[in-house]
Amino acid sequence: MSHPKIIIVGGGLAGLMAAIRVAELNVEVNLFSIVPVKRSHSVCAQGGINAAKNLKGEGDSTYKHLDDTIYGGDFLANQSLVKGMCDTAPAIIDLLDRMGVMFNRTPEGLLDFRRFGGTLYHRTAFAGATTGQQLLYALDEQVRRFESEGRIKKFEGWTFLSAVLDDAGICRGICAMDLKTMEVRSFRSDAAIFCTGGIGAIFGRSTNSVVCTGAAQSALFQQGVDYANGEFIQVHPTAIPGEDKCRLMSESARGEGGRVWVPRDPTDKRGANQIPESERFYFLEEWYPKYGNLVPRDVATRAIHKIVFELKQGLAGEAAVYLDVTHIPKEILDRKLEGILEIYEKFVGYDPRIYPMKVFPAMHYTMGGIWVDNDKQATNVPGIYAAGECEYQYHGANRLGANSLVSCIYGGMLAGPASVKYARNLEKGCDATDESIFERERVRQREFNDSLLHQQGSENPITIWKEMGETMTENVTVIRYNAKLKETLEKLGTLRDRYQKINLADRTQWSNQTLQFARELHDMLILAEVITLGALARNETRGAHYKPEFPERDDANWLKTTRASYNGGNIRLTYEAVDTSQIPLRERKYTQAK
Amino acid sequence: MATNSTFIVKIKRQLRPDEPARWEEFEIRYRPQLNIITCLRDIAEKPITRDGREVAPISYEANCLEEVCGACAMLINGKPRQACSALVDNLEKPISLAPLEKFPLVRDLQVDRSQMFESLKKTKCWIPIDGTYPLGEGPRMAPEIQEVGYPLSRCISCGNCLEICPKVNEHTNFVGAAIISQVRLFNMHPTGAMHAGERLEALMGPGGIEDCDNAQNCVKVCPKGIPLTESIAAVNGQVIRHAVFGWLHGSS
Repeated sequence: MSHPKIIIVGGGLAGLMAAIRVAELNVEVNLFSIVPVKRSHSVCAQGGINAAKNLKGEGDSTYKHLDDTIYGGDFLANQSLVKGMCDTAPAIIDLLDRMGVMFNRTPEGLLDFRRFGGTLYHRTAFAGATTGQQLLYALDEQVRRFESEGRIKKFEGWTFLSAVLDDAGICRGICAMDLKTMEVRSFRSDAAIFCTGGIGAIFGRSTNSVVCTGAAQSALFQQGVDYANGEFIQVHPTAIPGEDKCRLMSESARGEGGRVWVPRDPTDKRGANQIPESERFYFLEEWYPKYGNLVPRDVATRAIHKIVFELKQGLAGEAAVYLDVTHIPKEILDRKLEGILEIYEKFVGYDPRIYPMKVFPAMHYTMGGIWVDNDKQATNVPGIYAAGECEYQYHGANRLGANSLVSCIYGGMLAGPASVKYARNLEKGCDATDESIFERERVRQREFNDSLLHQQGSENPITIWKEMGETMTENVTVIRYNAKLKETLEKLGTLRDRYQKINLADRTQWSNQTLQFARELHDMLILAEVITLGALARNETRGAHYKPEFPERDDANWLKTTRASYNGGNIRLTYEAVDTSQIPLRERKYTQAK
Repeated sequence: MATNSTFIVKIKRQLRPDEPARWEEFEIRYRPQLNIITCLRDIAEKPITRDGREVAPISYEANCLEEVCGACAMLINGKPRQACSALVDNLEKPISLAPLEKFPLVRDLQVDRSQMFESLKKTKCWIPIDGTYPLGEGPRMAPEIQEVGYPLSRCISCGNCLEICPKVNEHTNFVGAAIISQVRLFNMHPTGAMHAGERLEALMGPGGIEDCDNAQNCVKVCPKGIPLTESIAAVNGQVIRHAVFGWLHGSS
């Protein structure tokens, strides 16, 4: 194939990076995104991006970054891949800096670095407290430059529906829908890279954006693309609970010295600022003296749960703890954390520089995702690649803060050239594939739309979604009991039955967001089952997966990757070995230095 | 407001660009800290107007819900702002919602703002790097420069500043404050400054910076508090110097 074409689905950090790398190889790129790419969920990343640049004279190294990441992920990540990421991270920061990211600077004009959870080093480069936004914009600008030269074509306002697979099971393109005209169309491509992000909507309210439904991953799964480690769901310790979403309060607040506490006396009625130091319980600092407020997220989240539910020490009986930055000089807060403090003030109504914030854990990130093989980011279906949060490779059982941005960009950097190499080696490209293959898939998707639009029922998709989210949040996040997981599977079965009776309140063919949501809901219900089945099967505690009935990590039985596959409506779990070639296996505990 | 009370939201509806617009009223159950997005979701779950008619749910754009993606801009009680950060507690009732008027309507509260991204293309708002291969560290930058640049780089392309600008209308092609401010950002970056002239030239002539008549409305509706009028003044100075002295002073 001398002139291959590549489709990229998703325009967050991973998708944009992949697009740039493919375009640099002078290969045609078609980039699909539900939202204008500048509005992708990557903008929500706040705190920063990790790279062991060692600019603080601490003796940091990429090996230590690797060790922190593997240890933080409770040894479930494939280590050689993580090594590649950590080794490349400093060059990624340099690249972003060259692209004009307004990183915070030291007086010498060098990049400034802050501390983040799960490490003792200043390893996190940052642009205020809106680092993800700043990185996304830098890549968005580069992509716009390619676009202006005709080297990348964007399909913004299109949603991915399915891959077009030929009779040999090779991906020859995708099927997508224009969200304005509701037109369903097949597109040819020699390879497709999926960078479709998180799955927060499966949990109802999360820190994720509206588009993070996991629908694309689920659609691929239903077509035979395997899904790995689905049960590993990160719950971020500090978010502002809200009815529409839980808004993240970045770990950088603690990285800059923020402290988490509750009154020692749970019946204390005084305002936070009236409670003297001696009567405050800084539970993370007391329980984890070495890492203090900067323990990894799973550890901090469980500690807050313990305070609120077990010890009944939540604020005035509320499910909340204080996140306190009031002791940090205002000048530093404004320079380094303004973005998040502004969010708090706007959505809660008071100034967190003066009065401590009230926070509680919320679903935040999926460590699990599309199964990909080694450094090619290739799935088990030929021609399908994945990068970013939607795949499973870099974070094991728990992701360290500020590692997501680097993993997205690194994954995109690999997936782009790998897909091009694959496409160039194809004997016959997508242009040689018979039109009937594309038409078959288009008709299949069109018929699904028609059946949803025409059926008469009594169920509302939003109601089903809310119930799914509540059940998943209650039973499949911080603490997992097998009985509750079984209940969840039953509930999901009931919801799938009810889904058959949904009634769309909108049957029009113009910007029908109800139809789009109903389609996503179908896919969310299936991915929810994958997550729950994985959690039920894994009888141990590892990273974010915590089972009180099995409170220890069990390497003899469970040092392995969960791999889910789908066949004829059945989900099957198999397991495969983890690459442990780099870092010695050891107990993970944050009460002391490693 | 008591938690068992309700309030009214009036929404300007238009199912297609070529259909007539109409207003519909919905009654929403009050809860503390409710925002406009939650109101729209309530309606989607039970799309029945105040007078009991079943209607289609409201189409609108939204994504991050924390005012950092720029998607959910609309006219709320007549003012352009983000629906996610518009809290019901702080709004006069009944609340009115309407689509932005300076952009082509798609449906209901949803408009097409792609012209802003096209303008960013025309003004070459990027740093022209040689390639993504390793080329070492980026240019050093004084913290003072970063502290000016960072606020500019937080522009979310919501379009509020275009919506409120009297000079953005069907008779002009004025690019608007957001774009001019982005030109300022790229022109102040050490690498971007090497190509400042191209961006300034894109802002000369019809639709360019001269169309600004200094109404200063833009800066009042920017949800990110970007100093848009300062940006316009700074870029105006650059354009004049560039016009007079050419490339020699374009980037100063």
